[in-house]
Amino acid sequence: MLVMAEVAAPQKFEIIIEPSRGWMNIPWREIWEYRDLLYVLVQRDFISRYKQTILGPLWHLLQPVITAAVFTVVFGGIAGIPTDGIPKLLFYLCGLLGWSYFSQNITNGGSTFINNAHLFGKVYFPRLIVPVSVIASNLIAFGLQLIPFVFCLLFYKFFTHQGDSIMLTWRVLLTPLPLLHTALLSFGVSLWMSASTAKYRDLIHLNQYIIQIWMFATPIFYPLSRVSPKLEWAIWANPMSVPVEAFRICLLGHGTLGPVEIIISVVTTLVLTVTGVIAFQKVERTVVDSV
Amino acid sequence: MKPVVEVEDLSKLYRLGSIGASSLRETVERVFGKKKQPAIAPTTKGKTIADDRLGPEPNSFWALKDVSFKIEPGEVVGILGRNGAGKSTLLKILSRITEPTGGRAILRGRVVSLLEVGTGFHPELTGRENIFLNGAIMGMKRAEIAAKFDEIVEFAEVGKFLDTPVKRYSSGMYVRLAFAVAAHLEPEILLIDEVLAVGDAGFQKKCLGKMDEVATKHGRTVFFVSHNMGAVRSLCEHAILFEGGRLVKTGNPGDVISRYLSASTPQDSEVEGQIVWNGKDAPKSEDMKLRSIRLLNGHGVPQSAFESDKPISVEVEYEVLQRMRGARFCLMLLTQEGEVAFSATDHMFQQETQPPGVYKTTCFLPGGLLNRRQYVVNLQCDIPGERYVLPAAEYLSFTVAGIGNQSSTFPEPWPGVVCPRVSWKVEELQP
Repeated sequence: MLVMAEVAAPQKFEIIIEPSRGWMNIPWREIWEYRDLLYVLVQRDFISRYKQTILGPLWHLLQPVITAAVFTVVFGGIAGIPTDGIPKLLFYLCGLLGWSYFSQNITNGGSTFINNAHLFGKVYFPRLIVPVSVIASNLIAFGLQLIPFVFCLLFYKFFTHQGDSIMLTWRVLLTPLPLLHTALLSFGVSLWMSASTAKYRDLIHLNQYIIQIWMFATPIFYPLSRVSPKLEWAIWANPMSVPVEAFRICLLGHGTLGPVEIIISVVTTLVLTVTGVIAFQKVERTVVDSV
Repeated sequence: MKPVVEVEDLSKLYRLGSIGASSLRETVERVFGKKKQPAIAPTTKGKTIADDRLGPEPNSFWALKDVSFKIEPGEVVGILGRNGAGKSTLLKILSRITEPTGGRAILRGRVVSLLEVGTGFHPELTGRENIFLNGAIMGMKRAEIAAKFDEIVEFAEVGKFLDTPVKRYSSGMYVRLAFAVAAHLEPEILLIDEVLAVGDAGFQKKCLGKMDEVATKHGRTVFFVSHNMGAVRSLCEHAILFEGGRLVKTGNPGDVISRYLSASTPQDSEVEGQIVWNGKDAPKSEDMKLRSIRLLNGHGVPQSAFESDKPISVEVEYEVLQRMRGARFCLMLLTQEGEVAFSATDHMFQQETQPPGVYKTTCFLPGGLLNRRQYVVNLQCDIPGERYVLPAAEYLSFTVAGIGNQSSTFPEPWPGVVCPRVSWKVEELQP
């Protein structure tokens, strides 16, 4: 009887608002309740980004091609950095797959609180939805970016004499793994950036440099085999090196990755993500009072 | 049945001087102790903070202090108080935008807060897309929005423009669409912060009606912050008054409104019977801002107590910032209990268009009109049928005293919101 009365009460649930204690207050259930918001936010990002442009989503096809073409001229032509026998354009396109996704995620997601200050000041929803939606909506861009890459891959493989250097193996099926790794890593980094820029605005400028330097520290336009042994530690200290190299192993059949490097990178990524979520939640509680 | 909202000793401490993100240098200096925290004068918006609002740390103050109350389901609750009294802080805490510093609140049901109209609307998206976006931001499921979709469109009266980006909407359409979404969310608890101050009068009425329906028919609870005493009086069963971050009175709206309006001279007036704004605090919108409001006696001297048989002039000085067309001022005289005594407008005396500049509009109230009691001047500026330029708000109060226009000594207060001098003729018909 008692149970019946409980169920019949009009109040479906109770929300208790009080100063939070502890450092692990992640409203998992609520985030799940708001999953439709995630969908709508992804849709909003996609529509709003292209409504005013003539080419629309075509930009995603063009962007990597243009960047890769510039790389071909500058790094391949002028600087003469070799690419392990892989056609240069293809090599760069492959490196940019993971990197573009990563850098877009942290550029868009790295200032969540500042970009959404107005919205956060007027309505409540689990704030974590916003960085998650950035990761998800950039996934669409990633998918579009795959199209020129696949075209290029098929062209070089079957219509040029360099085709033999490209090895298409069963590893292609593992491609989702470096993608997931990139998504998680960029999520962790953007949470840290969001939390820190909310507290210290100055860091916004710093973040731009971080992204630039990070790109040079990642094997995008040079193969790992060309890195001098003295500097190898710097490459492996960068958790983004592993997914970028892994993309090349999966898609082109070229690259060198040992288990130690993979484990270090995965552990770093997990630590960054977990601590990022905690930092983000801690800032989220009272961020509207200061932003 | 358990109360739907229970608030116990809720407090919120704000730090002064650190509004806006602190810079890295400040923190580094603080951490390494190079610089002591500067003692910033405890002021906010140029006003000194009362001693009892100062917080435990230097440069902090209680925006809300030990507030407790309970609300039963199905009540419409009016929240009253002057600017800075803690109303908005309360709504922000209840809608979980920010955390309290102390105490707690229990909300039994889904909460939707409408602190602003059209929060999260994206200008590039169409009306249709924004309905889904806005609904989802407020916590609605897609299926729920889809089920309510036709009702929302009908209520908002935007049918034809459903697939037009909202950036091409008129401000009226925008507000209608935004309110329509919020009104159809069906939360157990709805928090509304003065959003009804925008939109045209017809739509306001529709919104107020919808709010009433939400409360009475669906048994939901509505919190309603407003400076519009008329709306509070007609809609709310319960009112709560805040002063200086504390809850000072709760009860039926008539009593609470009366206490609110009789509280010491409102706002920045130095001299009784006038408010002069210099600079930032002035009520303003994109199109205009107020400079001063004065209650003058027959000799042009501002005062707040008048003889019932003497004329009163209400003089409003304002600055037009952008060319306005068809704007008018409406003056509403309220009693202390919040009843409307009468209202008047300068519409027939205004120019058709007003280019930027400084203007003055004066309303002459003849002697022999008002009753012996306290009145409150409520003022708004709008463009009829289009939008509000300045939302209605109470500005000044004044007292009418004297023998009274009936020239009859009557010990009790004379009944009636006004007391016009009328003439009588008494005849003896049969000896």
